[in-house]
Amino acid sequence: MTIKEIFETMDYGPAPESAKEAQDWLAENAPFGLYINGKMTAPGDTFASKNPANGEELAQITQATADEVDAAVTAARKAQGKWAGLPGHKRAQYLYALARLMQKHSRLFSVLETLDNGKPIRESRDVDIPLVARHFYYHAGMAQLQDAELPDREALGVCGQIIPWNFPLLMLAWKVAPAIAMGNTVVLKPAEYTSLTALLFAQICEEAGLPKGVVNIVTGDGRVGEAITSHEQIDKIAFTGSTEVGRLIRRATAGTGKSLTLELGGKSPYIVFDDADIDSAVEGLVDAIWFNQGQVCCAGSRLLVQEGIADRFYTKLKARMAKLRVGDPMDKCIDVGAIVDPVQLQTVTTLVEAGKHQGEVYHAPCELPANGCYYPPTLITGMSPAATLMQEEIFGPVLVATTFRTPSEAVEVANNTRYGLAATVWTENVNLALDIAPKLVAGVVWVNGTNMFDAAAGFGGVRESGFGREGGWEGLMAYTKPKGDAKALKPIAPVSAPKDAKVDALDRTAKFYVGGKQARPDGGYSQAIWSPKGALLGHVGVANRKDVRNAVEAAHAAKGWAKSTAHLRAQILYYIGENLSARADEFAARIDAMTGGKSGAKEVEAAVSRLFTYAAWADKYDGAAKPVPMRGVALAMHEPVGVIGGFCPDEAPLLGLVSLMGPAIAMGNRVVLVASEPYPLAATDFYQVLETSDLPAGVVNILTGSHVDLAAPMAGHLNLDAVWAQSGADISTIVEMESAGNLKRTWVNNARARDWLRAEGKEFLAHATEVKTVWVPYGE
Amino acid sequence: MDHAKGSNVLSEQRHDQKQGHSVPQGQAPAQLPQIADNRNPGIDLDMDWVRAAQANTSAIERRCATLPGRRSVKKEHQAAWLLKAISMIDLTTLSGDDTPGRVRRLVAKAVQPVRPDLLEALDMTGLTTGAVCVYHDMIEPAVATLDQLGATLPVAAVSTGFPAGLSPFHLRLEEIRESVKARATEIDIVISRRHVLTGDWQALYDEMKAFREACGDAHVKAILATGELGSLRNVARASLVCMMAGADFIKTSTGKESVNATLPVSLVMIRAIRDYFEATGYRVGYKPAGGISKAKDAITYLALIKEELGDEWLTPHLFRFGASSLLGDIERQLEHHLTGHYSAGHRHPIG
Repeated sequence: MTIKEIFETMDYGPAPESAKEAQDWLAENAPFGLYINGKMTAPGDTFASKNPANGEELAQITQATADEVDAAVTAARKAQGKWAGLPGHKRAQYLYALARLMQKHSRLFSVLETLDNGKPIRESRDVDIPLVARHFYYHAGMAQLQDAELPDREALGVCGQIIPWNFPLLMLAWKVAPAIAMGNTVVLKPAEYTSLTALLFAQICEEAGLPKGVVNIVTGDGRVGEAITSHEQIDKIAFTGSTEVGRLIRRATAGTGKSLTLELGGKSPYIVFDDADIDSAVEGLVDAIWFNQGQVCCAGSRLLVQEGIADRFYTKLKARMAKLRVGDPMDKCIDVGAIVDPVQLQTVTTLVEAGKHQGEVYHAPCELPANGCYYPPTLITGMSPAATLMQEEIFGPVLVATTFRTPSEAVEVANNTRYGLAATVWTENVNLALDIAPKLVAGVVWVNGTNMFDAAAGFGGVRESGFGREGGWEGLMAYTKPKGDAKALKPIAPVSAPKDAKVDALDRTAKFYVGGKQARPDGGYSQAIWSPKGALLGHVGVANRKDVRNAVEAAHAAKGWAKSTAHLRAQILYYIGENLSARADEFAARIDAMTGGKSGAKEVEAAVSRLFTYAAWADKYDGAAKPVPMRGVALAMHEPVGVIGGFCPDEAPLLGLVSLMGPAIAMGNRVVLVASEPYPLAATDFYQVLETSDLPAGVVNILTGSHVDLAAPMAGHLNLDAVWAQSGADISTIVEMESAGNLKRTWVNNARARDWLRAEGKEFLAHATEVKTVWVPYGE
Repeated sequence: MDHAKGSNVLSEQRHDQKQGHSVPQGQAPAQLPQIADNRNPGIDLDMDWVRAAQANTSAIERRCATLPGRRSVKKEHQAAWLLKAISMIDLTTLSGDDTPGRVRRLVAKAVQPVRPDLLEALDMTGLTTGAVCVYHDMIEPAVATLDQLGATLPVAAVSTGFPAGLSPFHLRLEEIRESVKARATEIDIVISRRHVLTGDWQALYDEMKAFREACGDAHVKAILATGELGSLRNVARASLVCMMAGADFIKTSTGKESVNATLPVSLVMIRAIRDYFEATGYRVGYKPAGGISKAKDAITYLALIKEELGDEWLTPHLFRFGASSLLGDIERQLEHHLTGHYSAGHRHPIG
């Protein structure tokens, strides 16, 4: 076209980014081996990594073998002690060097990422790579501050990290930076579609002079991931990817003692109220669902529009969609690039084909390139929550929409999902925004914006979107553990019935405590509790799965507790302490009678103190306002986890129960506690204290019975949000295994003992809370 | 008033002007569909609509911040876009020391905005700026110079007690009438900011309507002085009220406020224009003024218009830049396009 013609048409024309430097780098370095112990290995069995924009092969990369994974883990293991032993400042220097090198090679990384993944060069250049550098900078600071600020915590050891293909280098940064900052070493597996920037990162590690073995990178398909997850010498698995694979990893690592964090799928709601700036909310959807072709775990993929503005909103949205430019991701003028692989394109196509009859489909009238993996931006309106596409993650540029009438209905529809990763709220009313944000079941809430990320702000989900946070101080929990080695737990068997029993004339039957009432066991079975001296101390019920069901139901019914003020929760905890103190002698005698020991008085005193501790914490476990790089605030809010099931320890039958109950209810959770199996009577006496302490019914529920028998129904309960297994029985494996059903958070002792006299504080509070990050950009 | 019937002087002027520089001799003017557009007659003040208007500043800023990264034009496309930008410039001088001589130079530059050899190489001989924009007393020398040069650019006059708009109301109306009499075909009025700041939308509507009536056939551009309106929400509401009262163009600034045209303000105003078009079918024009001095900025503005309003607005009939130094940067860029070498200011004639 001549200039004169363009003067009339005002077309954009091509604005290609050059691939030359990246191609040169590939030509120089491919085929690729693995990065193990500071060196690239010789290529083994290789497969092609392709450019999804045109199907062309970019490079051959190696399918790592089990032996090679083993070599990588061995190298990481060998390097870990020394790496963790370096002063924080020294590690900070290495991370700083990595951050600087990222910036220096930013264009090469960006171009390579786009060639490999198909995302628009604008996104690699303006979003992914700057966030990568930012993550390393931020965590250089964390290494620097570790000694001073986290004196009680230390590195986990060797971390196996498995990352997805949608943000290849950014996910690498989110995994590697906090891990090595805290003194861990890593074995990282990039996704097989998108390994190239990880291999370039290996080179950067060399340039930064990173000690060998600190970062190891192994490429290949799911078999490599399996070799990592099942490797005995790995202390922690961090996985970002599909919920389906996350569940497999949860089961595979159950009972192995490995720490686990999962960042999984989502079907995040995007809620538009009728007082919103509609044009901005429409534009926000471009960032929500057409960012990275919708291949974003936290994509705002479920549009919820208030009924009165729905038609106008859809009209504006369709007009906006028609302006999207789909095409060669290396063109700087492109909004939507290529889907990562033909397999993914097929998945998206099939899902939409199967579900589209449940609504009205609008494909943006964008020109698609003839070749390559492209899918048009798509909107499906008129969907009901029952529609498959409203529930299933599509992971493509497809937005499904429905309407709501009131704020409470918006919350109800938004939360009607198995996922809980992110949510977006558009309203000009600050009251509405700040009322809705805490009610949304999600790890991240964006107000009047979407898909905002920063190293200082925690990111992660609840429900089947996984657990653990990445970014911020909270993210360090995933890469550190309390200092010190715990001893093996000595099992305590119940006292068996003596030959010549001494029985009081008056029967004393302890019941369960469910929903504020004493309840008989559903199964109608009881068990005698004997003192070591042969006295019958009483009977307790044997709970079964239905008793668990009833207790969980009662706990859910007490949802008002989560909304009660921290001051009220503190008052009630103090009052429980006061009432326990009034009966201290009785409890001390009971404990001594059950255990045959003399430490009862000390334990009761500690229990009273512990109740005071959590009464104190109730209104002091503050959230934070994160200094994210924008005009606005990212609030890290501590929210209760929900309903927590707890198996109480045997070493301290009263103190152990109080140690679990205290932090949980202080933070607004409701609990279903299974009392110590051999020594249950302190717990059943304790409910009398609860009954007189103004605690609302259902906040604390107490069962007795076999921990082994109750572990599966409890951990498998799909409406329970977490299970804490601090049991004397060996139930860690079964709890972790069964938790995979709804991917609830678990906290197990792995048959390790704990000194319950000292078991309190932030570690417990962290388990009792979810960090929700609420982004509130502002400005008038 | 219907342009298609040829009853509007201005439309005929534009018609000629476009024929003069962008349509090859002898070619039918049918390629210029915008000219058939009806002039916005205004509608009744719709307070429900005005009060419902929202503008979320952070979101609007984000859209504007990412746009230059989303849309860029290269090579001959860039050259064509820059030439288009020139055709939309209201080449402006609004200084206390303006003299007839100064205005004559300005008009000469507007008629020949780019060195003839460069325009010839670009095959764009005949290109002029969109208009010249001056104070009332400078209309006469401007029109005389145009007549002398045989050019038909519109002359725009700032009016109504520009820039503060605080002179007696009847004098402000009289100023418009005097300027129209002096052959200004476009009148850039300033609104009373106090009506916006006190939420007196009826007063703003009545004022704008009176200005529009005083303009007669001359087109009226409503300067909102957005830098003095306090919030983007006020900008959105003032934009709507001025369009309801019959503004042909809405314009950001006088150039005398401490903050003049910005992308966020522009986004708010053009979204209001879009809503007004969707509701009424009338296309109102947009003129950012003040602070746009770089060729790259001009391209970003054009991309913003293309994205948010559409290609229909990429015409001097519906879009103008109020600028004085922008042209110089564009000239240097055009020479760079032709020669591959960075240019120098002194290689281009001044206005």
